[in-house]
Amino acid sequence: MAIQKKLILDSDLLDITLSRLCQQLIETHNDFAESAILGMQPRGIYLAELIHQKLEKALRKKINLGYLDVTFHRDDFRRREIPVKANETRVPFLIENRNVVLIDDVLFTGRTVRAAMDAMIAFGRPKKVELLVLIDRKYNRDLPIAPDYVGKVVNTLASQRVQVEWQAQGNKQNKIWLINQE
Amino acid sequence: MSRLSQKHLLGIKDITRQDIELIFETADNFKDVINRPIKKVPSLRDVTVANVFFENSTRTRLSFELAQKRLSADVINFSASNSSVKKGETLLDTVNNILAMKVDMIVMRHASPGAPHYLSRHIKANIVNAGDGTHEHPTQALLDTFSIREKLGGVEGKKIAIIGDILHSRVALSNIFALQKLGAKVMVCGPPTLLPKYIAQLGVQVELDVMKALQWCDVANVLRIQLERQQIKYFPSLREYSLYYGITKKILDSLKKQIVIMHPGPINRGVELSSDAADSHHSIILDQVENGVAVRMAVMYLLAGQI
Repeated sequence: MAIQKKLILDSDLLDITLSRLCQQLIETHNDFAESAILGMQPRGIYLAELIHQKLEKALRKKINLGYLDVTFHRDDFRRREIPVKANETRVPFLIENRNVVLIDDVLFTGRTVRAAMDAMIAFGRPKKVELLVLIDRKYNRDLPIAPDYVGKVVNTLASQRVQVEWQAQGNKQNKIWLINQE
Repeated sequence: MSRLSQKHLLGIKDITRQDIELIFETADNFKDVINRPIKKVPSLRDVTVANVFFENSTRTRLSFELAQKRLSADVINFSASNSSVKKGETLLDTVNNILAMKVDMIVMRHASPGAPHYLSRHIKANIVNAGDGTHEHPTQALLDTFSIREKLGGVEGKKIAIIGDILHSRVALSNIFALQKLGAKVMVCGPPTLLPKYIAQLGVQVELDVMKALQWCDVANVLRIQLERQQIKYFPSLREYSLYYGITKKILDSLKKQIVIMHPGPINRGVELSSDAADSHHSIILDQVENGVAVRMAVMYLLAGQI
């Protein structure tokens, strides 16, 4: 069977969604004085950067942004064929006592988020941790993890795949696809 | 690609340039980890590693053990001096007994060249060679080249002189392989009696005059005179060796350019390297030690991915 692709979010709709997410973040975090944004490697960082830009523009101030790689904290190491390649972790601020917003593009089983919380604790004890995802794949969670901010909820089958194309990765436009795989 | 081409790390000769680059990229991340307040990751929490040392070691063993602990592996240590090896047990029996206790990975140092290669043909566990006689010491070469890459921004095209007791040095051989695979130019320098006869066939330059070698190179990797492996006299006295081949701050200052001084340790201060040279800004000896932990974490992490 041929691969079927369905567009979930296009560039314009994505922009509206991101603006809404930023408004919601500002509602909770006010001016981000006690807060920070942590994008999850490898693809969550593009979303984190877009949100970071929008927030800095809206609030007219610098906001803490970091990148978190969870490779060494994954629970599927030695259970998959090929080990996952690690990426850069950069946390240029103190996590201790801060409100941290973890950002990833797609929430699926929740295992990456669990690993991320584990990885983050190595930098200190945050006051509060929240999770922001662009796409929440409902009905696919392996762990009791729920996002605080959601771009769009999508009902998907485990056999399907969500493909996120970021401009920053060299794609023409930001686009999110749902792909059926046989 | 994010996996090594080999199941064991027996020597640099057996691995590819891609393997070395993968180890470096992974070590970059681990170096970041060991500089955090919490220096530990849970990757190898279900792996047991045995450090089997049939020969003395301080640095390498501590470095391996720290690397294992920072990866959350379970570690057992074994040294031949207080074991049944003294009672006449064979190498294979000793290792099989350790493996019967459900050990996944063996880090081994042995006085006989080829001992880990022999072992790899008979056991299932992953083996990391931590030095086999005068043959290879792969993790040392990896941390040396990693340190050069860090200090000079790359290894390709750089000129590295390995100075001292080349004949008895496993560090020299592994370094030659690693540097050549990464595209560096290699020169060996030492008294003729301490240079292996056919070393030039490895494609390295041979130089007897240490001043010429220092003027040529970007990095000087200074090796220790391994008196414990020398059954006959290769030079009249240590004092004479130090006069002709010892590197001092004065010599380094007389060069027209800045070079980097490395040493795999332990240093015989005042013999191959004077104190003021070893402690000068030229030296990256302590960086090598720090990088050793990160590189060994990377090697064990990547090998464990294949258990």
